Amino acid sequence: MIRHQQIYAWLLLLPALALLTAFTYVPTITTIWDSFTGTGMQAHTGFTLDNYRFLVEDDVFWQVLGNNLEYAAVTVPVSVALAMAMALWVNGKVRGQSALRLAYFTPTILPMISVANIWLFFYTPEIGLFNTLLGWFGLKGLNWLGDPDLSLYSLMLMAVWKEAGFFMIFYLAALQGISPDLYQAAELEGASRWNRFRRVTFPLLMPTTLFVLINAFLNAFKLVDHLFILTKGGPNNASNLLLYYIYENAFSFFDTAYAAALTVVLLVILVVLAVIQFGVIERRVHYR
Amino acid sequence: MSFLSVQALSRHWADTRAVSEISFEIGEGEFVALLGPSGCGKSTTLKMVAGLETPTGGRILLNGEDITGRAPGQRQLSMVFQSYALFPHLNVKENVLFGLKARKVPAAEQSLRLARAIELVGLGDQIHKKPSQLSGGQCQRVALARAIVSRAPLCLMDEPLSNLDAKLRNEMRSEIRALQRQLGLTVLYVTHDQVEAMSMADRIILLNQGRIEQMGSPRELYHEPASLFVARFIGHPPMNLLPLSDHYLGIRPEDIRLADGPDSIANATVTYCDYQGADTLITTEFQGANMTFSLQGHHQLPVGRRLAIDWDSHHEHHFSSQTGLRLRSLIQQKESSHVEIR
Repeated sequence: MIRHQQIYAWLLLLPALALLTAFTYVPTITTIWDSFTGTGMQAHTGFTLDNYRFLVEDDVFWQVLGNNLEYAAVTVPVSVALAMAMALWVNGKVRGQSALRLAYFTPTILPMISVANIWLFFYTPEIGLFNTLLGWFGLKGLNWLGDPDLSLYSLMLMAVWKEAGFFMIFYLAALQGISPDLYQAAELEGASRWNRFRRVTFPLLMPTTLFVLINAFLNAFKLVDHLFILTKGGPNNASNLLLYYIYENAFSFFDTAYAAALTVVLLVILVVLAVIQFGVIERRVHYR
Repeated sequence: MSFLSVQALSRHWADTRAVSEISFEIGEGEFVALLGPSGCGKSTTLKMVAGLETPTGGRILLNGEDITGRAPGQRQLSMVFQSYALFPHLNVKENVLFGLKARKVPAAEQSLRLARAIELVGLGDQIHKKPSQLSGGQCQRVALARAIVSRAPLCLMDEPLSNLDAKLRNEMRSEIRALQRQLGLTVLYVTHDQVEAMSMADRIILLNQGRIEQMGSPRELYHEPASLFVARFIGHPPMNLLPLSDHYLGIRPEDIRLADGPDSIANATVTYCDYQGADTLITTEFQGANMTFSLQGHHQLPVGRRLAIDWDSHHEHHFSSQTGLRLRSLIQQKESSHVEIR
């Protein structure tokens, strides 16, 4: 009887397990394997640490990693803070509340590629929206994507625009789960508006904040679609990000073994983030 | 002088009148219950006193000061919510101290007041627990402690016991009453449970459709209901009401007895017996209306059994069939000329 149930359970797990194995676990293992045994385009040329040695010496890798950390360090807090502010704003009694919510959520519905194309129009030097606007005030336009000092920040701006609306939805759901009685009680106890936010709303949003933070960090490393349209990592890698650099190595420079080594680094970063998610969040969510 | 004075307080929405020009006064140290069926405007009234709802008309005076336009936090009152409204992320101590911290009370005084409040509600060993680790009764105590610790002279309670089970409710009822007396608190207590109102309150304000139906001591409401509504609402089982040609006759179930005189005539027919342990509720048909009364002990009377029932005329209540109001003159009339309705 129990044996039958065991078989039944495995059969139910089988489809998902098969897909995960074929498209996640096997590629992961081969990637790790290739990073230790491949050279250039050739696989299985014998065990070597050359790929990693090269990685440590590769200035572009360090620049790209630095870019990516800076990209995450800026876009994550900004988009999360903005998401919380927008959620608080549209959760209040505002006229045209649902229209506002929809407006904030729209960037999320769009595919990253379309978003990048729209922003390409904003950023274009001569005829772009931003420079036209600046021109009206008699200001000299900026080369948003072509200036090495500016291109990464231009990408960040777009990423924040795209991400904040998505995270707002999580905050909105969390805010609506907070009983209005709590605010009434706090109000009666003489807590000021700021005090109510600091001592009631913010701590009660903490589980959502942690969840959103981790997701934002993962996205900062995972989402590079816009680079294909906007900068292709340029100029001179000024706006290059880790995943795009991996793509370049694999499919432009045809150095798949090195790309595999880079992938392992990215994987390690993502695993660390996942461990933090399960370790920290799971423990802190349970105070409800 | 009255401590809390509510004057012609109204709250209207587009086409509903939740509260219509109600006025009442509460003396210092008094325990007053706002009683009524759901939707009668009692919670809205309480929220307006608390400042959580804006009145569309009328004034609220506390200690002679007009507080109608003041923010909830500046009204010097505390409130106990039906849901307890405890902060789930804070432990008992932090929940109780929330208001004192917001008001920047010195730390030394905070801990003194905390210790006293915790002792009063008997939560000594739970102080570091989160609300989710407490039972309903304990949560209720935390909410009480939070109200006590603020030392606000007026405490509002919004159906604080309705989420508790029956046994705990009875315990908490007497505990709240004892605390109120001990601390000399003025309490405005909203409830839909007449037992709570009758057993706890010095005075009851009975609301119906946003108006005050009757205001007075529990005894007054029970013995001299001012209208048919009060007569139907107060008392369990409710008062028997017989429609007569020109008015209603009301008689409480416990005032009815079986007539056992030699000349008594069977005038009622048993339709239902409801055994309740200490007594049995017997429903009869009497002059075309239902008449319920209680007999001590267990009685299983067959349906259709003819009984002779009787009552003293000074137990009769009379109400106008037009206005529903109590007819006082009629009672005196009847008393002088011992009547014939039976």
